[in-house]
Amino acid sequence: MKKEVAVIGVGQTAFVRGYDGSIRELAFDAFREAIRDAGITQKEIDASIFCSAPEYDKQRSPAGVLAEYLGLIPQPTFYVETICSSSSTGIKVAYSMIKSGLHDVVVVLGFQKMSELSSAESQERMGRGSDIQWEAPFGTMMPAYYALYAQAYMAKHGLTHEDMMNVRIKSSTYGVINDRAVYRKPIKPEDFKQGDPEAKMAGPVAWPLRVGDCCANADGSSCIILANAEKAKTFSKKPVWILGIGAASEAVNMAARPDFTKGLSVGYAAAAQAYKMAGITPKDVKVAEVHDCFTIAEIMAYEGLGFAPIGEGKQLIREKATYKEGRIPVNIDGGLLSKGHPIGATGGSQIRTIVLQLRGEAGPMQVPGEPDIGLTHNIGGVGLYGNVTIFGRDS
Amino acid sequence: MGFEKFGRKSFTAFTKTAKFVDFLLEGKIQGTVCKDCGAKYFPPRVDCAKCLSKNMDWFEMPGKGKLETFTTAYYAPLGFETDPPYTMGVVDFGGGLKLFARLAKDLKPEEIKVGLDVSVRPLKYEDGQISFEVIKA
Repeated sequence: MKKEVAVIGVGQTAFVRGYDGSIRELAFDAFREAIRDAGITQKEIDASIFCSAPEYDKQRSPAGVLAEYLGLIPQPTFYVETICSSSSTGIKVAYSMIKSGLHDVVVVLGFQKMSELSSAESQERMGRGSDIQWEAPFGTMMPAYYALYAQAYMAKHGLTHEDMMNVRIKSSTYGVINDRAVYRKPIKPEDFKQGDPEAKMAGPVAWPLRVGDCCANADGSSCIILANAEKAKTFSKKPVWILGIGAASEAVNMAARPDFTKGLSVGYAAAAQAYKMAGITPKDVKVAEVHDCFTIAEIMAYEGLGFAPIGEGKQLIREKATYKEGRIPVNIDGGLLSKGHPIGATGGSQIRTIVLQLRGEAGPMQVPGEPDIGLTHNIGGVGLYGNVTIFGRDS
Repeated sequence: MGFEKFGRKSFTAFTKTAKFVDFLLEGKIQGTVCKDCGAKYFPPRVDCAKCLSKNMDWFEMPGKGKLETFTTAYYAPLGFETDPPYTMGVVDFGGGLKLFARLAKDLKPEEIKVGLDVSVRPLKYEDGQISFEVIKA
């Protein structure tokens, strides 16, 4: 196992609707938890990276403002953005900075206050979420894009609405036990009953995707502190090592996508890189966090990560193989579907969950069997960006 | 200028591919092809990503393709609020050429299926905006 860069501290706020503070106060709470977890002070931190989707920020160039509020000046600070995968991209940048020898300890803070915008402003931003020149003029939104993948995938592979519903039901099982999740109510099959006005998950959003297939906007922040081997051994009793990192990009236009029945190309590409670097295979992964912005996205992620062959992702949910007690537990913190998706904070939140799992500190969400290798899969846009990161602990 | 007329609602007026809108007015849906390496593009672009040439020509998109996938939107962003429900999809013409657009309103929901033989035609909205839409072949 390569032991060059480790996670020494993790933090996350509860993900909520309508946070009643500013972005600096939101960032502070995740940072304070992470730095206390690491058992260090700001003096030990050499640089900071802030990550968010900028279209939701009122504050121009938030990195400098937040660094000052967190007591991280005069150290270098800057901003990284790949929409929904911003903070896992931040991790890749921090890893590179440490590996190069430039810095010993780097903090990556992902945040998003989506409620910073009014509902009308938010609706306007949503319309510009894709290629504004060639696709947004047709009236596209994020659910419609994932629905294109769902439609083609269902037609080819026999995935059903019931399968997608079962992804959401699994998610809600763990949302209930995650005190940082925005959606903590259990969901039952009756909630998806078509034609029943009481069935709040059944309404169409972008067919074939329904309300229950979509994650919710939220406000929140996450914080991950990385260190080189020497500092990690000095500061941390339970360092969690970064074993592999993969990252990829794809054309924004749907007209340039090779095959809608095979999921997101960035998922495959990033996973292949990360597995190769870590020197492991999908079978070695004991616990995973995948980017389930929509239920179909989790099914596609199973295949991109090699947990199931193409077209067979549905079997994992049918056999409950991705439940906590299953063969490969996935999103045991409720995933984006239950935690909520404060865009810039999501990647760091996934990493925090995996770090807690590998340390055996995930509480009611703890996967049995003392997992030694975990993985995060974080997608930006409709597979415009994709990051897969593999973590391992000391044996 | 000129591109502000493209689509149900345009988000940008300036692009060197604005001639695309003039072609639509002539009833043609045009992509671009690199005169140096032969790479074909839709949506059109004036710079070749493969060989970095700026030596591009227009070509007319094939008449027939297959509907690769589609979705019906029940919610819409600002500026499209009066439109839902509307169906959008991807047409595959083969040879790496695809196109994303809305499907014509006169296509019946029960007719719309993955693999449907389709064609594409220019579309003029009442407010003067110009676009294109997918129809049954």
